[in-house]
Amino acid sequence: MTTRKQKIFSTGRVALAWCLAEGLILSLSVSLSLSMLRSVGEAAPVTVSEVVRHAEEQRINTMKSVAPAVVAIFAAGGNGGGSGVLIKADGFAITNFHVVQGQGGFMKCGLNDGKVYDAVLVGIDPTGDVALIQLLGRTDFPHAPIGNSDEVRIGDSTFAMGNPFLLATDFQPTVTYGMVSGVHRYQYPAGTFLEYTDCIQVDASINPGNSGGPLFNMQGELIGINGRISVEKRGRVNVGAGYSISINQVMHFLDHLKSGRVVDHATLGATVAGTSDGTVVINRILETSEAYRRGLRQDDEIVTFAGRPIRSVNQFKNILGIYPKGWIVPISYRREGQRSDIQVRLMGLHRRAELAGGEGGEPEEQPPRGPERNPDEAPRDPDETPAGPAAAKPEIPEQYASLYIERQGYANYYFNQQAQARLMQGLADWGDYSKVPVGWSITGTLNGTTPVQIRMLTEAIAAKLGDQFAVQEMKNDFADLPAGSGGLLAALEQLKHLLADPQDYFTEFYYLGSEPFRDTREQVQVLITTRSLVTSRWYFKQESNELLGFDTTLAEDVDPCEIRFGELVSQEGVKFPKVLTIRYGDQAFGKLNIDSLQFFASPAAATGGQNP
Amino acid sequence: MIGPRVCRLWVSVHQVLTSLSRKGLCRTFSIGLLVVCAGLLCGGSVQAQSADIHGEDIHDAIQYVQQRMVKLYGAGGLKNLAGYGTGFLVSPDGHIATVWSHLLDADTVAVVLPDGRRMFGRMVGTDSKKDIAVLKIDAVDLPYFDLSHAASAGPGASVLAFSNMFKVAVGDEPVTVTHGVISARTDLSARRGRYQAPYTGPVYILDAVTNNPGAEGGVLTTYDGKLLAMLGRQVRSDQNNVWLNYAVPISELRTSIEDIIAGRLHRTDPLMAGTKPTGDGFKGLDFGLVLVPDVVFRTPVYIETVVEGSQADKMGLKPDDLIVFANGELVPSIRNFETVLQSLSPGDDLQLVVRRESELISVTFQVPRQKR
Repeated sequence: MTTRKQKIFSTGRVALAWCLAEGLILSLSVSLSLSMLRSVGEAAPVTVSEVVRHAEEQRINTMKSVAPAVVAIFAAGGNGGGSGVLIKADGFAITNFHVVQGQGGFMKCGLNDGKVYDAVLVGIDPTGDVALIQLLGRTDFPHAPIGNSDEVRIGDSTFAMGNPFLLATDFQPTVTYGMVSGVHRYQYPAGTFLEYTDCIQVDASINPGNSGGPLFNMQGELIGINGRISVEKRGRVNVGAGYSISINQVMHFLDHLKSGRVVDHATLGATVAGTSDGTVVINRILETSEAYRRGLRQDDEIVTFAGRPIRSVNQFKNILGIYPKGWIVPISYRREGQRSDIQVRLMGLHRRAELAGGEGGEPEEQPPRGPERNPDEAPRDPDETPAGPAAAKPEIPEQYASLYIERQGYANYYFNQQAQARLMQGLADWGDYSKVPVGWSITGTLNGTTPVQIRMLTEAIAAKLGDQFAVQEMKNDFADLPAGSGGLLAALEQLKHLLADPQDYFTEFYYLGSEPFRDTREQVQVLITTRSLVTSRWYFKQESNELLGFDTTLAEDVDPCEIRFGELVSQEGVKFPKVLTIRYGDQAFGKLNIDSLQFFASPAAATGGQNP
Repeated sequence: MIGPRVCRLWVSVHQVLTSLSRKGLCRTFSIGLLVVCAGLLCGGSVQAQSADIHGEDIHDAIQYVQQRMVKLYGAGGLKNLAGYGTGFLVSPDGHIATVWSHLLDADTVAVVLPDGRRMFGRMVGTDSKKDIAVLKIDAVDLPYFDLSHAASAGPGASVLAFSNMFKVAVGDEPVTVTHGVISARTDLSARRGRYQAPYTGPVYILDAVTNNPGAEGGVLTTYDGKLLAMLGRQVRSDQNNVWLNYAVPISELRTSIEDIIAGRLHRTDPLMAGTKPTGDGFKGLDFGLVLVPDVVFRTPVYIETVVEGSQADKMGLKPDDLIVFANGELVPSIRNFETVLQSLSPGDDLQLVVRRESELISVTFQVPRQKR
């Protein structure tokens, strides 16, 4: 294995030497005889410094170690292709959205072991130009170590690998070497898709076919995904400015992509403008945004956003672009010298219908790309035609056909189904609620003082808090009951159905991905459910899939009722949290200690007495 | 195993080149071939080692240079004419050197400093022979390049190029840095469109692509941040038509810059994009076309005869064909047609639409490299 690769590198070097010689013949033939060339070839030995030798050795080893993780992706019918990089042993690989766009659910991928693997589409991010695919047939794929793109500095040495001009018919990736020319670069989208934010600019040669391939630092850590170049008068070839999507952005989206969805980017719900004194202020803000509800107003100066200082509009757009829709970020703003810190959940950049079009299915369903803002930029799918044997038309491989499920709004619904099933296993600790009677009766104490009784029936939920009553009738829309809770009764109704009959009750039910938990900032997995206007986000601990709590939002653009669970205790043959901690907006509603949870049948008979 | 051999070879090539340039032979080569040669030499991994060995220092050097670079915004924005460019500070009082380009052909030129401050630059003076202009902004205590400390380098030297090519950086974002190698030091012989480049003195030819919109007026430095040269315009070699990546050594510019700042120099003639074409432009005959005599103000563009064996002959054009469009432009008169021909550059396409009776025929000529 080693010797073989070495040979390939060596062949390259011999070729380089020949190029040198050829170059000399070309340029010197006018005035020099061939004896000159011979003297070049047989020049006296030159001592190469140990440092140089060592640096070269190190570089060769680094490149050798990561080359097996580089993927050559071939488009259906042999029309073009691109590159990718494996990041997990189970075959998950990252590439560009514009490489897999229109390729259907399956593609053929080559690795530098010379083999062709089937791969299935997993998730796409049309806005960020990222796609996740899974190579199939092995559980021990070589994969690249993930670096930290925030640590990349201008002037760092770097190298790109991939399949420019689709040269590698043997799937040995091409290496191009260069320098980091800029960091935190912003490159305008085409319409609202294919926007490169916070990206890394390199002078390593990135060309058509490199799209989706890896950018490495000199330690061989993955720092970016190459996807774009500036071009002008010389056509679609590199002229010294290539752009790589930062790996940190990709990692924010990774679990979202694993959900099999068409994932969306975020907006603050406000636009910002630079001022002549170098500050960035809010110039318009949607009153429906959470930022507005947390107090942000027009003309407020943004001091930091997601922990990074803001000094230009580009910086703001850069940071906004690296987070998925729904991510919670801290914001510091200044008004009349007074600084305030808030946490805001970011809104979606696109409406669902806009994104659904972004699905990599039929060509006519592709996203509206709009006229390119900069016609001199943004390479598209490479138009080179590969000649290799791997260009055979990929059809759906029979043994993998079950791994791909087409569904509106999803790149591949199969992966969402798998994730849903995994999270629902986390509910096993709660016991089997599917057999318990439909009437629930909860008694407890709010904040240690107020006695609470809640009776949940099929027609209505009635609650008594101290001497206050609240009734939510099911025939009405869910309301903020008890007042100031953000909809505690609605939230409990969602919980009841998640436990008892999730398949029947919810109109929408999907795995979102993972995001930092508002309470602890630890990464948690998120399940989304919807019933009429009511949407809930359910938070599951990584690995254990333990349900930590949930947020229920009664309508779009209002704050949710947030419920966090205490320890589970036994109640009538099942388990239920001992404590519910309830918040609404930036206010705590209280801690509800559960004394008992009881179930009863025949709800009709029970209603009368309970209603005030 | 092979590595050291390549190294030896590289060093040998380097020696040959250097010795040649010492003997003054270098200038006899066509620049284009050298560029090709240099591309082959330096595209590979050999040169890259120097970048590795430089390690930490390079970040300091880059930061040092970037604090002395400014982004310029002025006239332009039309096809092939970017409305942005690059300049570098040459005094603590806000003097900025840049290429004398169309960009400065505006009432005010916006200057964005490395810290993001946006100011207006006033033209202090130009030296058309050196193709350089000096702007001034109202600021003090700025970091700047001391021109008396500029360095020089020979072929094979590793260099860094700084510019705001493609307008990638805005506000306080640092300009782009790319790496490369000096392929040759020679005299510039270039054209833009069909106009001769005004500067014909010594230049460094680079293997890195600096021939990009907005790069003109950037700088070339050593790996430890010493100023070497100013990045030149987007021009092609007038000998073989390749795009040239060149930079003018500071030693060629220093006197002019200092004289302009001192108010001793303001040379504006001849204008680069003005009146001096490289030749007389193209005529119908260059394509094998003889037109009817141009007798009235709007003589229609009828073909009188076609030169036997010429391009026009091969394309099947015939006497009495009426040329209606040339490169997409309606040509109602011979004068209009001649204007189109005048604007052609060698290597361009010339697309004609001719009317023959009721038929429209489209033909595409290749503009000859050499005039007949």
